[in-house]
Amino acid sequence: MPKVNDFTLKIATVNGTGSASANALLMKSIFRMGVPVMGKNYFPSNIQGLPTWYEIRVTDPGHLTRAGQVHFMVAMNAETFAKDQAELAPGGYLFYDSTWPRHREITRDDITVIGVPLAEMINHHFVEPRTRILMKNVAYVGALAALLDLDLDIIEQLLKETFGEKKAKLVEPNMEAVHIGYDYAKKHYDCPLPLHVKKADMTKGHVIVDGNTTAALGAMLAGANVAAWYPITPSTSVMDAFTSFCAKHRHDEDGTPQYKIIQAEDELAACGMVLGAGWMGARAFTATSGPGISLMNEFVSFGYYTEIPAVIFDIQRVGPSTGMPTRTQQSDINECAYAGHGDTRHICLYPADPREAFDFSIKSFDLAERFQTPVFMVSDLDIGMNEWMVPELKWDESYQPDRGKVLSAEDLDKLEGRYGRYQDPDRDGIPQRTLPGVHPKGAYFTRGSGHSEHATYTEDAAEYQRVLDRLRRKFDTAKDHIPAPYIDYARSKPVKAGIISLGSCDLAVKEARHNLKGKGTEFDYCRIRAFPFTDHIRRFIDEHDTIFVIEQNRDAQLKCMLQAELDADAKKLVSILHYNGLPIASMHIESTITDYCQEAEAC
Amino acid sequence: MSFMTKPKIHHPNLPKNKLGLTTRDYEGGMSTLCAGCGHDSITAGLIEAVWALDIEPFRVAKMSGIGCSSKTPAYFLREAHGINAVHGRMPSIATGAQAANPELHFIGVSGDGDSLNIGFGQFAHAIRRDVNMLYIIENNGVYGLTKGQFSASADVGSKAKYGQVNENPPIDPVLTAITLGCGFVARGFSGDKEQLIPLIQAGLKHNGFALIDVISPCVAFNDHQGSSKSYAHTREFFHPAIHTDFIPPREEIKVEYEKGRAMPIELHDGSTIVLRKIDVDHEPTNRAAAIGYLERHREAQEIVTGLLYVNSEEHEEGGRKLPARSLTGVDGVGDPVGVLEAFQGGCR
Ligand SMILES: Cc1ncc(C[n+]2csc(CCOP(=O)(O)OP(=O)(O)O)c2C)c(N)n1
Ligand code: SF4
Repeated sequence: MPKVNDFTLKIATVNGTGSASANALLMKSIFRMGVPVMGKNYFPSNIQGLPTWYEIRVTDPGHLTRAGQVHFMVAMNAETFAKDQAELAPGGYLFYDSTWPRHREITRDDITVIGVPLAEMINHHFVEPRTRILMKNVAYVGALAALLDLDLDIIEQLLKETFGEKKAKLVEPNMEAVHIGYDYAKKHYDCPLPLHVKKADMTKGHVIVDGNTTAALGAMLAGANVAAWYPITPSTSVMDAFTSFCAKHRHDEDGTPQYKIIQAEDELAACGMVLGAGWMGARAFTATSGPGISLMNEFVSFGYYTEIPAVIFDIQRVGPSTGMPTRTQQSDINECAYAGHGDTRHICLYPADPREAFDFSIKSFDLAERFQTPVFMVSDLDIGMNEWMVPELKWDESYQPDRGKVLSAEDLDKLEGRYGRYQDPDRDGIPQRTLPGVHPKGAYFTRGSGHSEHATYTEDAAEYQRVLDRLRRKFDTAKDHIPAPYIDYARSKPVKAGIISLGSCDLAVKEARHNLKGKGTEFDYCRIRAFPFTDHIRRFIDEHDTIFVIEQNRDAQLKCMLQAELDADAKKLVSILHYNGLPIASMHIESTITDYCQEAEAC
Repeated sequence: MSFMTKPKIHHPNLPKNKLGLTTRDYEGGMSTLCAGCGHDSITAGLIEAVWALDIEPFRVAKMSGIGCSSKTPAYFLREAHGINAVHGRMPSIATGAQAANPELHFIGVSGDGDSLNIGFGQFAHAIRRDVNMLYIIENNGVYGLTKGQFSASADVGSKAKYGQVNENPPIDPVLTAITLGCGFVARGFSGDKEQLIPLIQAGLKHNGFALIDVISPCVAFNDHQGSSKSYAHTREFFHPAIHTDFIPPREEIKVEYEKGRAMPIELHDGSTIVLRKIDVDHEPTNRAAAIGYLERHREAQEIVTGLLYVNSEEHEEGGRKLPARSLTGVDGVGDPVGVLEAFQGGCR
């Protein structure tokens, strides 16, 4: 049963009512109390009026993930009341606005019901209709502060920071609303509840961030200076953040911007712009989601064959067009790895959280230039848009952008004989690049179609095939430069079964492993961080009798790739799939593995 | 190798430009187009025009989409980087390339299929963004490379080689560009180099997107009777509305123009284009009048040529207003640790 500093709180509201800031306030105040916390926003794809949920989990710092259970439900949305009530774990608490009594709708007797007449009290205190709506949210923060023992001084301080000097006069009415909720709860309920927050010292050295902001920050610090994009949720905030970082930090002394951000007419054009800029020698990127990658495919192929650096952030979401676009998924794994027509394969990086999104964002630019190719950073909505508590981002002081093999004017001056764009001077598959406008000797004609090692047009079978084989070699060379998988053995020798997963599944896998260990079964764990797959992964598979492949899509995309790329024995690989749009829950993993092991006696 | 590079032979008495280069230095590889293809004449015009402007070949970026026309950048300026993009998408490549390095000269070559069919969106948006480039459409009314299907510039009633008749109304790139706010819109004919070369020069010097739609007959698939893009048809209905002279900076304007018919326009770098009206009805600096004029003559099935609309005033919006220098070096920020710390200060 939930305890002090270990429970999940879920707030059900209607979007467009200003609940987001109230929820952020709650989460931040717990963090400031030194208690690890996670915040996930499940929001609809319209602007106003549909149900939205915010899930706050307070727990051990290593397990800040969705568990799959709710202990405290703040049911502010009449429309979803029944469903929200049903979701509560036995023994949980149901909090609602008792301005409208719901005795008949409350059907469970294994939960505690807490009614607070928020609307009535707020309407009594505030006059303006919009203020009333907003303050109702602030009032539930106040009531929860009493019930969960949150620090009112911290809440007040956070409000001051949010409103700043310009809107400082808003702090007072907000605190009034907080007190309305707080005082009522104190008076009518035994505060705090057994489930509550207790000050601790577990958040030092951590920050609360989302992965789109950190990716954008990484891009700016890596020196990206041309960006082109077409708006699409959940990637838009990457470009929003990049724009504001650049506006702050990327100007010449005389104020001229050192960057250019272009809102393209569509994703295909955005990709073309990135390639044009990359061809010219700038560090360029785009951010999009699955539908955008679909449009970019033609240019991704072109970039692969012409060997132009480009960085593409794919913030994955649920499939085509409207309906579920604001829900998370890992369903572009295959699309990114093999985007485009013809024989193509691309370097992909799979960050697990916002901190890694920062590191990998920087890494993407270096890899794109080193390997002269489009590189995908495959993130997702959960990482990109949710609030994560992660260890502070670190800057590596020794960082030098890796611009790869670019011949300078001096290099070209000294060059004897003819420059060959697509030769392989170092036998690593990576040719030498020249930039337009630098030196007449560096000129070549860039074509996607058949070209020789000197970038001339060819329809010669052998010549063309040599270029293709070199591209394959280049891809293999990348194995030594991409982030290695994270592998954790439970004991000094491999146990019977292992888990392979990637990206935002990480914490859920870790929690499931922890709980399974508590029940007596141990599992080794390999988290893939990049494509191409390296030998470490092959070895990990070989070492185990059973491998659970955990991913967030319907078609077992990662598992298919393991089979295709590493020739992994299909009989060994057991899929654990999750694809309902919510982030994968640790309980789902735990129970699926337990059931499988009981049946198959495999673990 | 199956395709040859042209031997570089120096003729001692070829004229030299200010850089000491002859037109030979502005050539490229050997053309692989059909003998007589209009596109080759445009290539020749480009070579002469860029040579005469004394532009260093390697300071040009040449770009194209896909099609016979789009192959041509391989046939001029061998010392310039070129990029043969994907079908219809050269404008986005040009937009990005120019954002990265606005210091180069940009020449785009496209076909009517490339720009008006598959690439119509990108074409329009490059104009809207006023990408600073010369953009040539080598317009033959058909898809040459895929063997003669109609393109969006084919006229109603025009006959294909094997008899099909085009039923859909054409998209006129010139009218389209004027309506989209393009500041330099011209039409030429591959068979009239004398008219074309000053247009190319003026277009290259125009600060912003300069469109030249060049009627460029396809001898293989669209040069027969009944085609409205054949040499014969174009010659018959050719209607020069205006004559353009390009005069480099500091050169005296020597010609005496008849009053009311000549109009010198100074460009941002001090060069001048002098427009001489052949048809007094044409008002090349008045957008509505230019559109009206083109409409009237279209009805008479005439192919109006020359610099048809020009507005050399700087546009306030548009890509070229931003960084006027190259972004090809990697500029990080001076103090990454400080930036990171300042950011993280707000995340606790
Ligand atoms: C996505 C895509 N679709 C189709 C083609 C095939 N294709 C190549 S060139 C061309 C038409 C070119 O016509 P145009 O631009 O008028 O140039 P022309 O050959 O007449 O000079 C087509 C349809 C292609 N290369 N790419
Ligand atoms: S097919 Fe037509 S457009 Fe292509 S090269 Fe031949 S003549 Fe020119």
